[in-house]
Amino acid sequence: MTQVSMTVNGKSVSGDVEGRTLLSSFLREHLSLTGTHVGCDTAQCGACVVHVNGEAVKSCNMLALEANGADVGTIEGQANADGSLNVIQQAFQDHHGLQCGFCTPGMVMSAAALLKENPRPTESEIRKYLEGNLCRCTGYHNIVKAIMAASGQDVSSIAAE
Amino acid sequence: MYSFEFEKPSTIADAVAALGAEDAQALGGGQTLIPTLKQRLAAPTTLVSLSSIPEMQGVCVEDDGSLAIGGATTHATVAAETADKYAALSDLAGHIGDPAVRNRGTIGGSLANNDPAACYPAAALGSGATIITNNRSVSADDFFQGMFTTALDEGEIITTVHFPIPQAASYQKFLQPASRFALVGVFLARFADGVRVAVTGASEDGVFRWSEAEEALNKEFRPDALMDLKINPMNMIGDLHGSKEYRAHLVGVMTKRAVEACI
Repeated sequence: MTQVSMTVNGKSVSGDVEGRTLLSSFLREHLSLTGTHVGCDTAQCGACVVHVNGEAVKSCNMLALEANGADVGTIEGQANADGSLNVIQQAFQDHHGLQCGFCTPGMVMSAAALLKENPRPTESEIRKYLEGNLCRCTGYHNIVKAIMAASGQDVSSIAAE
Repeated sequence: MYSFEFEKPSTIADAVAALGAEDAQALGGGQTLIPTLKQRLAAPTTLVSLSSIPEMQGVCVEDDGSLAIGGATTHATVAAETADKYAALSDLAGHIGDPAVRNRGTIGGSLANNDPAACYPAAALGSGATIITNNRSVSADDFFQGMFTTALDEGEIITTVHFPIPQAASYQKFLQPASRFALVGVFLARFADGVRVAVTGASEDGVFRWSEAEEALNKEFRPDALMDLKINPMNMIGDLHGSKEYRAHLVGVMTKRAVEACI
């Protein structure tokens, strides 16, 4: 076992892990931050997307020890300080951007990474950015609409519900 | 995953020393290796992470205008930093996998793995790149030696990839949408001394140069110059995504598109 330390959602954390412990396992099983979901476990579906030093990564495809010393952000750190939903989360609710909700943590984390580097993306840019996030129930339109709305853009022209 | 020790050296020398241990394995961004370990298709005793070695990071422009890209540079960084220097390479790097994969996966990892459908081997071979390791330089023509096989020795690390800049270049990728690899990808680069055409995704021998197309395009750089050329489907990959004949056909189509993009 090796000690790993990192900052998760602004708090310093540490724990003893094996070389093979995944970042997703460390978050979920050691820190009980189960908002990060593991869907496919093969880096296809994006349900496990978190931010490492500000960049979106698939936490099921990164070793916990690779994140030693890093600044990690998860879905649990997305809400506002008073516990209310942040702009992206609220937009997902307002525009029915989720149904079963399994993919939602990854969608919100990817959306946050996108809007940080591109604050007013086009519909096409949003769809391209979400290539690594699979949703099996919404059909994506409402997710795209929510992200457009979260960036302060008019969503009336977006494709069918 | 089977259990392994993890090491994260901060210099190339320390990484080479760590890789001297029996059954040690280098870890780039892990976007292929970690899924492989999960399937228990590999069982290294020690994983040596190359992600914290400053001398293997980033893109530099050399005095002659060519690019030196550190082996541990991520696809996202290559895409961003080569956009105004080598647009075809930036375009290729910016369409590997998806954004989260591009934030972890590295150029050195991709070249060392030499997946027969990966994009970077086509860029390296098509550009006539030089692969620089901890102890030698290998031309791309000598580096790729068949599917998942390269000139790298046990424990040898790709530290830098050196790309000359062509007059014009284009990467045409026919996407396999589930894997996001190339079903067929063609990297075409036109230099003062000739055209290079590298094909990925198609052959059972991995990335290859289509020399007949290069000869035809050296005589006449037009899509029509390829009209009478056919790739033999015999050694093409055939699977549920596309037959050998389909891939052979796509090589011609994508090469023509690459020529059109360069005119």
